[in-house]
Amino acid sequence: MTLDKAKRGQHVKIISIPNENIRAQAIRFGIAEGEVVLCEEVLPAGPIVLRKNRQEIAIGRGLANRITIALN
Amino acid sequence: MAHCHNTNINISIPPGARRIVLAGNPNAGKSVFFNYITGLYVDVSNYPGTTLEISHGRLGGDVVIDTPGVYGISSFNDEERIARDIILAADVVINVVNAVHLERDLFLTRQIIDTGVPVLVALNMVDEAEKQGLVIDTDLLSDLLGVPVIPTVAIKKQGLEQVKNSINLARKGNIDDELQQKLTRLADRVGSQGEALLVLEGDTVVAARHGLEPENDREQIYLKRRERVNDIVHHVVAENSRGAGIGTTLGRYMINPVTGIPILLMALWAMYQVIGVFVAGTVVGITEESIMIGMYEPAIRNFVGRFIAESSNPGIILTGEFGVLTMTATYVLGLLMPLVVGFYFFLSLFEDSGYLPRIATLVDRVLTGIGLNGRAVIPLILGFGCVTVASITTRLLGSEREKRITIFLLGLAIPCSAQLGVIAGLLAGLGPQYMALYALVILTVLVIVGTMLNTLLPGKSTELLIDLPPLRLPRLDNVLRKTGTKSYAFLKEATPLFALGALLISILQITGALTVLQKALAPLTVGWLMLPPETATAFIMGIVRRDFGAAGLTDMALTPMATVISLITITLFVPCIASILIIIKERGRGEGALMWLGTWVIAFFAGGVVAQLSGIFGGNDSLSIPLVIATFIAITLAVLFTCRLAAKPKPGSGLS
Repeated sequence: MTLDKAKRGQHVKIISIPNENIRAQAIRFGIAEGEVVLCEEVLPAGPIVLRKNRQEIAIGRGLANRITIALN
Repeated sequence: MAHCHNTNINISIPPGARRIVLAGNPNAGKSVFFNYITGLYVDVSNYPGTTLEISHGRLGGDVVIDTPGVYGISSFNDEERIARDIILAADVVINVVNAVHLERDLFLTRQIIDTGVPVLVALNMVDEAEKQGLVIDTDLLSDLLGVPVIPTVAIKKQGLEQVKNSINLARKGNIDDELQQKLTRLADRVGSQGEALLVLEGDTVVAARHGLEPENDREQIYLKRRERVNDIVHHVVAENSRGAGIGTTLGRYMINPVTGIPILLMALWAMYQVIGVFVAGTVVGITEESIMIGMYEPAIRNFVGRFIAESSNPGIILTGEFGVLTMTATYVLGLLMPLVVGFYFFLSLFEDSGYLPRIATLVDRVLTGIGLNGRAVIPLILGFGCVTVASITTRLLGSEREKRITIFLLGLAIPCSAQLGVIAGLLAGLGPQYMALYALVILTVLVIVGTMLNTLLPGKSTELLIDLPPLRLPRLDNVLRKTGTKSYAFLKEATPLFALGALLISILQITGALTVLQKALAPLTVGWLMLPPETATAFIMGIVRRDFGAAGLTDMALTPMATVISLITITLFVPCIASILIIIKERGRGEGALMWLGTWVIAFFAGGVVAQLSGIFGGNDSLSIPLVIATFIAITLAVLFTCRLAAKPKPGSGLS
C-alpha cells in the first residue's frame, strides 16, 4: 500500500521512496527505506506527518501516494 | 594552509590565516557563536551570483566565516552549495549541533567529518535537551565522532569561551574504513578529501571542477551515515520519561486542521490586537501625533526657519508638506517604526518557537491549489514583515516554477509590515464590513492570480517534505534581539528611500508638476477608481515605497469606500524600489520587468472593479459591500472552475 493510506497511530515500514533526490533528503531527516516509523498525523487531503524517535517530518499528499509502505 | 580550490567568495584571507568556518543546521544557534567569536569586527559580503549574504570576521590572525543553516552539504539548493564550498575550503570547522535534535543534526556533522577537515563540535542547547528529559553523554559522543565535543548554552553565553579557546583542539574525526579507502584513492586525483567525498556523493558541480563524471555512491554513503548516526544517538542519548510533554501535544494540535485553524486564527487575532489596535492606535497616537507632529516638527521648522525662509523652495523641500526633514522623519519614526517593531516581534516569536513549519504543514493542502506547497507559506508570511527579505527566502522552494509564482504573489498581494500597519490603522477606524471587503478582495486577487499562474505555467510544482523541529518556548531576549536587528535594518533601508521620495514629491509640488500629474492621472484616479485627484500623489509616493503611499493616504479626507478602494489599489500596486531590485536580481531583468508591469495592471484593474461595482450598486455602502463581495466570490469560483477544466493531468515531479 502507499503512505497516503496510512492511519494515524499506525507503525509503518517504508518500502520504497520514488525519486533519488527525495530518498536522499529523507535519509538526512532520518527516514530511509526499510525504516519503521510512526504515522503521527494525517491531515484531511493534506500532508502525512511521520515520526521516528524525536524526528518529525511532514510529507505532502502527492508525494505520500508514491511512497510504498507496509504495515508493521 | 594553502587550499587551491575555488570558493568563489570574495573574502581576502591574509597569508598564514586559517579559515575557521561555522556550520550547522538551521536554528542551531550559529550566529550567537559567530558574534561572540568575532566580537564587533564583522563584514558582510554578498556571495557572487546570489543575494545570499555571508558574514565573516576576525579572530586574531584568523578569518571566521559563517555559513547558511543547512541539513547537509550537497546541491539541493543555493544555501547548500554555498555552505559546501565554504566548508570544503575550511581549515577548521566549528559545527554547532542542536542537542535536542541530535538525530537530524549529526548527519551534517558526520558529513563534515567525512570531508577530512578538522572539526570541533559545539553541542548547543543542552539546557533545553535536559528540560525535555534528554541526557547526553558528551564524552562518549566525542569518542564516537572522534572530535572534541563541548556542551554549550549559547544564548546564556555558557561554554562560548571554551569553544573559542578550544579551536586549536579541533581534529579530524573517525571515518568509516571502507569510505576512507575510497576517499584516499580519489583524493590523489582531485587534490583533497572533501572534494573526493562530494564527487563520490555524485555532486555534479564538484565533479565538473575536476573534469570527472560524478559517482553514484550517494545513497549508499547516506544510508551508512544514517545508520551510524542512529547508532551514535542510540548510545549517547538516554531519555527519561518526563520528556515529550506539552510541546508534542501542542505541536500536533497545530497541524490538525480542526484545532490548527483556530490556533492560527487566534495567533493572527492576537497579532491584530497588538499591532492593529494597540500599536497602530495607542502607540502611534503618541509617537506620531504627540511627539513627531506635536513636538518634533515645530521644533525643526523653528530651527530651519532661522536660516531659510519656510516659504522658499529649499524651505519647502526641507520642512514643507512633504518635507525631507518633517514628513520623512514623522512617517519613518512616528508612524512606521512602532508598527514594524510590532510585526518583527511576532515574526521572531513564530520563527523561534518552531511554529512556521507547522503552519506550512497545515496550509499545504490549500497552497497546492495555487501551484505551491506548504513551504511557500514561509516566504509569504515573511512577506508581511518585508517583501524584500521574503523574496530572498523563496530560495528554499524546490523549483523555479514555485519561486516564480511566490515572488510574483509577494510583490503583488502581500503588504509589508509598515504598509500593513498603516492599512490596519486606517481600516480599524472604518468598521468591520470595510475590513472584510478589503481582506476579501486582496485574498481573491491572490487566489485568482495564483490559480491562473498554476494553470498557465508549464510543469508541476514539487511536493512538501519538511522537518518539524520540536516546539519550544521562544526566549524573550533572543526574540527582542532579532526584532531589534530587523527593525534597525528596516530603518537603515527605508529612511534614504523615504527621503528620496519626499524630495521627489516636493520637487514635483514646487514645479507644479504634481498638479499636472494629478490632472493627467485623473481619468484613472477620478474616472476609473472614483477617487479624488489628490490620491495620485499617494500612488506616485507608492512607487518609491508602498507603505509610503499608504501613509500618504492617512492625511487625506476620503469616504470609507474611497479609502478601501485606494488601499486595495495601493496594496496590489508595484512593490517598493528595494523589492523590485531584489526581484530583478532573483528572477532576471525580463521576468522582473514583466512582474512589475503586471502589478500595475492588476492593481488598477482590481481597484477599479471594486469602484465601478460599488458605483453600479448605488454607492450605498451597507448595500453595495455585500454585493461587491458576492461578485468577487463569484468571479473567483468561475476562474477556479475554468482553471480546473483547463488543467491537464501533468506528470509527477520532485520535491521541495
